[in-house]
Amino acid sequence: MSVFVNGKEIVISTGKNTILSLIESYELNPKLVIVERNKEIIEKDNYKSTILKQGDHIEIVHFVGGG
Amino acid sequence: MTVIDRYSRQELFQPIGKLGQQNIRNSHALVIGAGALGTAIAESLTRAGIGKLTIVDRDYVEWSNLQRQQLYSEADARDRIPKAVAAKKRLYDINSDVEVVSQVMDVSIEEIEQLIIDVDIILDATDNFDTRLLINDISQKANIPWIYGACVGSYGLSLTIIPGETPCLQCLLDTIPLGGMTCDTAGIISPAVQIVVAHQVTEAIKLLTGNQSSLRGSLLSFDLWLNQSSSIAVDKMKKEDCPSCGNIPSYPFLDKAHSTKTAVLCGRNTVQIRPGKNTTLNLEKLALGLKPLGQVSKNDYLLSLTTGEHRLVFFTDGRVLVHGTKDITEAKKLYHQFVG
Repeated sequence: MSVFVNGKEIVISTGKNTILSLIESYELNPKLVIVERNKEIIEKDNYKSTILKQGDHIEIVHFVGGG
Repeated sequence: MTVIDRYSRQELFQPIGKLGQQNIRNSHALVIGAGALGTAIAESLTRAGIGKLTIVDRDYVEWSNLQRQQLYSEADARDRIPKAVAAKKRLYDINSDVEVVSQVMDVSIEEIEQLIIDVDIILDATDNFDTRLLINDISQKANIPWIYGACVGSYGLSLTIIPGETPCLQCLLDTIPLGGMTCDTAGIISPAVQIVVAHQVTEAIKLLTGNQSSLRGSLLSFDLWLNQSSSIAVDKMKKEDCPSCGNIPSYPFLDKAHSTKTAVLCGRNTVQIRPGKNTTLNLEKLALGLKPLGQVSKNDYLLSLTTGEHRLVFFTDGRVLVHGTKDITEAKKLYHQFVG
């Protein structure tokens, strides 16, 4: 299955098909990201239970401190 | 061309016009931080003809800053000039019409309450979330918009926060991110800084010229190296029970219990120690006392002591930067060893 992350198509392996596993695959802290799926923001509490579907458009923005 | 033409190209840009230029001229912007983001923001607003600009920073110029902190020269790094002082000098050379106020200080609760007086907009150019959450609270309390910006590596992001309209930073964050998370390892390239600044300054100019309807309205991020960008409409994330911008705000970061006395500086292998109450250090006297302990050098603003693998830099306001460690306890030990 494949989804679009920040505009780029990526392949998701079976068993790694939640929002949480996607965030973790980018080595990001789930508490410091905002995630949108198909134009809808996903609540942080639902990262683990939200299952990705073929062709989903995911936007991930993570907070950093530098400046 | 004459001085009269100075802002002609900006005035020709229809959404600004002569009226917008006058609005910019009548505005006061507060830039917190004079590092990569702060120097670029300050230069841009100064060239744009802002009426008054206050720039604040706690640090001094080092060689590793010159790759991206655009207001500084080799002389500034060689002489360890405080950033706010060096920035003001360069900004005056660029546009002597702008009233630039420079403050060499660490911004905490007392300072920020003074700094925001008569300010129309706050631009975030800090490198840590402690200060950002302080800005976030004061912005809500004093009803002043602020523009978050941050970058690391080839990545950057920005968000415009307008009290009473948009969600605030607290609404979007579940936890306080730790300052030194990635700077040590990821570095930073200058173009990433410039993109963040382009967004921050454009949003600021929209706000100052009454072009609110043109504001971006989204949380924006990009990665220049990975050729990615992202934009999320966050308006629905405004929380009614947010302690900073909700119905019954408590402004938790304006509460002294939250104020940090020590901080690990982003990417610097350095700990800052700040005395609890306002103090003044007599650098002359201190220099005499420290001479037997190591190599001492000093200018009008600070004193530097090199001892073993550490270097301690003392500022007149009592702050000390302990270089050569990320360990707060070790830094405190050295601090107490030398200032008692």
